[in-house]
Amino acid sequence: MITARYMRRRRANSIAMALSIAAAAIGLMFLTLILATLVVRGVSGLSWRVFAEMTPPPGSDGGLLNAIVGSVIMTVIGLMVGTPIGVLAGTYMAEYGRYAKLTHVIRFLNDILLSAPSIIIGLFIYEIMVVRMGHFSGIAGAIALAIIVIPVVVRTTEDMLLLVPNSLREAAVALGAPRSIVIRTVAYRAARAGILTGILLAMARVSGETAPLLFTALNNQFWSLDLNAPMASLPAVIFQFALSPYDDWQQLAWTGALLITVAVLAGNILARSLANIGAQPK
Amino acid sequence: MIAETRENDIVYAHVRRAHARRFAFSDRSFSFGTRLSALVVLLVLGGIAVSLIVGSLPALRTFGLSFFTTQSWNPVTEKFGAIAPIYGTLVTSFIAILFAVPLGIGIAIFLTELCPEKLRRPVGTAIELLAGIPSIIYGIWGLFVFAPFMQTYVQPPVIKAFKGIPGLSSLFAGPPYGIGTLTAGIILAIMVLPFVSAISRDVFGTVPPVLKEAAYGIGCTRWEVVRRVVIPYTRVGIIGGVMLGLGRALGETMAVTFVIGNAHKVAVSFFAPGTTISATIANEFTEAVGDVYSSALIALGLILFIFTFAVLAFARYLLLVLQRKQGS
Repeated sequence: MITARYMRRRRANSIAMALSIAAAAIGLMFLTLILATLVVRGVSGLSWRVFAEMTPPPGSDGGLLNAIVGSVIMTVIGLMVGTPIGVLAGTYMAEYGRYAKLTHVIRFLNDILLSAPSIIIGLFIYEIMVVRMGHFSGIAGAIALAIIVIPVVVRTTEDMLLLVPNSLREAAVALGAPRSIVIRTVAYRAARAGILTGILLAMARVSGETAPLLFTALNNQFWSLDLNAPMASLPAVIFQFALSPYDDWQQLAWTGALLITVAVLAGNILARSLANIGAQPK
Repeated sequence: MIAETRENDIVYAHVRRAHARRFAFSDRSFSFGTRLSALVVLLVLGGIAVSLIVGSLPALRTFGLSFFTTQSWNPVTEKFGAIAPIYGTLVTSFIAILFAVPLGIGIAIFLTELCPEKLRRPVGTAIELLAGIPSIIYGIWGLFVFAPFMQTYVQPPVIKAFKGIPGLSSLFAGPPYGIGTLTAGIILAIMVLPFVSAISRDVFGTVPPVLKEAAYGIGCTRWEVVRRVVIPYTRVGIIGGVMLGLGRALGETMAVTFVIGNAHKVAVSFFAPGTTISATIANEFTEAVGDVYSSALIALGLILFIFTFAVLAFARYLLLVLQRKQGS
């Protein structure tokens, strides 16, 4: 018996389900649109020049070499500073202080730091480093990035170490291994893939960050490896060039945008597949 | 012979004790290192709060409470009021949430209830990749692709449609610049969308199958199961996800800076250019001359920090409550 009420319910169901399919389609559409624009506008500017020449003054040819190198340097230093702190802090939370009050407090604050506006981290580093040193510098930019790395690595390290079965630790302790050896040779080894995923995710996140670099590393039109001087970075150059009125600068901005997105998404996908491999039972 | 063995034993004992001592030392220093690193997290967050408060003192001393109630932003006369950026931050974030929540929940429904098993992972991952795209990319895309689109296809017809209707006509008043509050809000919505949809999907997954099966068993349609069982059961988690997205939207900088128009004005129209706290800081901080000017910008940063801290703390609290409920 098909009543009017039943028809109404069926119709409401179809409408709602159609809307949810539409929502997914809209989400995918934006992703495709953004990526397609990047490829279309970015590829036309790709040439050996991009990787071999410095950022040009308006109206002449040039590339993005100093910006790429600056980004790589600051990202690497940021990771080198942030990763050990993040891994050790995550180790404390999962191993030594698993049931400590301090761990709960840190977990809560770390989650807030994880989503804190990155421009505020830029202001913080400006206050404590740039003002003290009296000038903008690459090292200040790298430290700002390190502060963004820390919460990402802390979070994944803690989560991954908590997944390591306690029986593994107990077996090692029964053999007479001291706590630190148990953690380093047993727990870390079991959680290796997960911790590496966290570091990769942090790298992907950091290499696209602009806001914290604006008033720490500033920008630099020229080739510079001096960590004590302002340093160029891809995001900062994109910001400057995209908002300029010059066509060739805008073209370079699109090419830089394509490079960054490819690097960041590749890092993201790599991290995800690594996490999947790590999650599978051996 | 016997004497020799005893001698060896003594030597071994020495060696063993030396080993043990070395282990004890490395054990203690490792544990100390982890503790120290954990404290760094506290120090960083505390340092951010302290440095923002100290940095904003000159401005707050100069303007007092009027900093929060005036609109003028004049670097020449050094008169600063925070109303325009605060208003812009709140309005753009509100627009972002308005668009992102229904879309995000729709995507979560699609992923958990409708999507074929094989497509579930790829579609979910693709949506989450939206969160991986750096914000400056949203900015450049918004400025060169989305703003012109709004300017030609969306704003003129909307302005025309609401002309003469009291209230709405001023909310959607022209001219169509393309950039402006609404455009910034929509770009933010795209950026926040993956957070809302990922968390909604995760909490939808926590609904016990028995509950859903029972509802299907008495003849509910899919939509009725979602609306009467899944969403009520996961309400706290969804709100937590929305709050997390809101925290992101409030502090998002580069994307907004490109498309908001950077006008220090509280405009009624959603099509008018405005500014947000983060966009103001990004645009003006390096050029700020004079203590009061840069201190006013840091004070804006402090306001943003307090906003996001409150919102994110609330979000974490809700998600924690949900976790406890599941644990028990």
